[in-house]
Amino acid sequence: MFILEKRPTPSRFWMAATPVLAVILTMIAGGLMFAILGKDPFEAIRTIFWDPLFDPQFASYSRPQLLVKAGPLILIAIGLSLGFRAGIWNIGAEGQYIMGAIFGAAAGLAFYPSENRLIFPLMVAAGAFGGWVWAMIPAILRTRFRTNEILVSLLLVYVAQSLLASMALGALRSPEGGGFPGSRNLSQWATSANPELIGGTGMHWGVVAAFIAVIASYILLQRHILGFQIRLAGEAPRAARFAGVNPNRLVVLCMGISGALAGLAGLFEVTGPAGQISIDFNSGYGFTAIIVAFLGRLNPIGILLAGLLMALTYIGGELAQFMLGLPSAAIQAFQGMLLFFLLAVDMLGNYRIRLGFGRAA
Amino acid sequence: MDLTAINPAVLIASLMVAAVPIMLAATGELVVEKAGVLNLGVEGMMIMGAVYGLAIAVEAESPVVGFVAAAAGGAALSLIFAFLTQVLLANQVATGLALTLFGLGLSSLIGQGYVGIKPPPTPRLDFGPLTDIPVLGTILFRHDPVVYLSVLIIAAVWALLKFTRAGLILRAVGENHDAAHALGYKVQRIRLLAILFGGAMAGLGGAYISLVRVPQWTDGITAGAGWIALAIVVFASWKPWRILLGAYLFGGITVLQLNLQAAGARIPVEYLSMSPYLITILVLVIMSADRGRAALNAPAALGRNFHASR
Repeated sequence: MFILEKRPTPSRFWMAATPVLAVILTMIAGGLMFAILGKDPFEAIRTIFWDPLFDPQFASYSRPQLLVKAGPLILIAIGLSLGFRAGIWNIGAEGQYIMGAIFGAAAGLAFYPSENRLIFPLMVAAGAFGGWVWAMIPAILRTRFRTNEILVSLLLVYVAQSLLASMALGALRSPEGGGFPGSRNLSQWATSANPELIGGTGMHWGVVAAFIAVIASYILLQRHILGFQIRLAGEAPRAARFAGVNPNRLVVLCMGISGALAGLAGLFEVTGPAGQISIDFNSGYGFTAIIVAFLGRLNPIGILLAGLLMALTYIGGELAQFMLGLPSAAIQAFQGMLLFFLLAVDMLGNYRIRLGFGRAA
Repeated sequence: MDLTAINPAVLIASLMVAAVPIMLAATGELVVEKAGVLNLGVEGMMIMGAVYGLAIAVEAESPVVGFVAAAAGGAALSLIFAFLTQVLLANQVATGLALTLFGLGLSSLIGQGYVGIKPPPTPRLDFGPLTDIPVLGTILFRHDPVVYLSVLIIAAVWALLKFTRAGLILRAVGENHDAAHALGYKVQRIRLLAILFGGAMAGLGGAYISLVRVPQWTDGITAGAGWIALAIVVFASWKPWRILLGAYLFGGITVLQLNLQAAGARIPVEYLSMSPYLITILVLVIMSADRGRAALNAPAALGRNFHASR
């Protein structure tokens, strides 16, 4: 029999090693899944993790995509990680992402076809505001009525999706679209466009924002009293209470930051890679970012790396879909598996495995 | 808009059908939460049940086999959750989310071969002459067996929790796992069984969506039903019969908004279809605002992992 023995303090070695171990285990299990689907597992894993970066034929297209996909994932995950650290579970980032895109796009389209240079900053502010407002609903309901923020933020995703459909079909529909759903193309209107800043890198304003968020959150957690309070509230809620941490203030702050960042991600996506508000604008970044946050161990630097890795599975998944006919859903299952393995090996950080007989009495 | 097109008896009959998936899943989750475990993977287990139930029912050409397979599939998925949270002591919230994300991906992978295929029809239970009673016959006696089964399961869970020793032990584990452990109960084993039951019920509920409610396969077919089920457990303040009430309330809203859409209401379709989610939130707020009730009834050890350290 194996017995788990709690470590006095979490092992530093395992804290860093578990994400790597989880990725390796996921590759093995994913390879098995691909084999069951009738694909060569080694070829599939190589297509997903190696070819997008190093294959001479695809790399030139795939490499810039890495930042395009990683940008929103990192931006959202950084916000979520603050809340997760404090035990505040905002899992409705997908909805906040949608609302950011709607608010931002609406703010810009109100001035169409003006060429004022202040419009883009205004849209950015409106996007952050949209995400913030959407996150404030579960935050206020939790602080005022002790309503569970997990359920409320998640249910609001479905509401946001309906709103998105109604916007694409109604208020924001392009007058020149011939009656088809979808707004004007924001990436083709110079005033609102969020173009590639350095050719061939995929770097757009959203990626810049993601890097800034990583640095800011690192400083916040390491050097600022608020970051200390966030960590304290998560690790020892009672001690935090005695230390004078106001839990309600933390809820509002953490939800607000994560909502605003998710809203920003949505705004940068709708003005750049996606280009317009359409019914199927959201592609699950808000949910994948949860995996990114955990894979990065809720640590800003970790999230940066995890975001890049997760972006790679998106791009590699598309490539595998195109090259090997691997279903796109397989990648989604693959990403879910990664979170499972991560949580499974997480135990190694906090517990020691001992060989022993009998049960604890 | 033509409101006369909506027949109240048919409306009630169809709300009973619409409520079944949430009712089954919520009953399962109630037992899980009573044992002190918060499984947020209901949505994932439901959608796996939906795809499993449909696939097996199509292959075996029998809805009954489909339902059984769905329950087994849901339980199998919940086994992953049980292993991670009970043996490896992983965070329950995160593991539940992982279960949902994984279930959504895997279900759409399995479902690919079944898009557009109709499952074998689930027959109604035959009540003979009772069916022809005006109004009452339509409301009560023209359903498939699962509708009655779901109510029976609630009754069984209620009786189990209230009157039996097993129910008392389950509640003890959920209220204070340290005390239960000290009394010699196997906390992890009891929780494992509760989690498996919750998984089976969620799978059954999911299969009802793909085999009876819709009936076919589309990606994301459960559309948040699992999350609504979780909300209903809170609404019911962890009491079995209130789950029936909650599920019928939400079934009613779902059916009503569908009927309003069909009757050509002035409100845009998108706003009608977001109404069940908004009302769920509203009800959650009302329930949790009442300081005494929600707080007192929630199992005290809910969401906390148990590790026998001494």
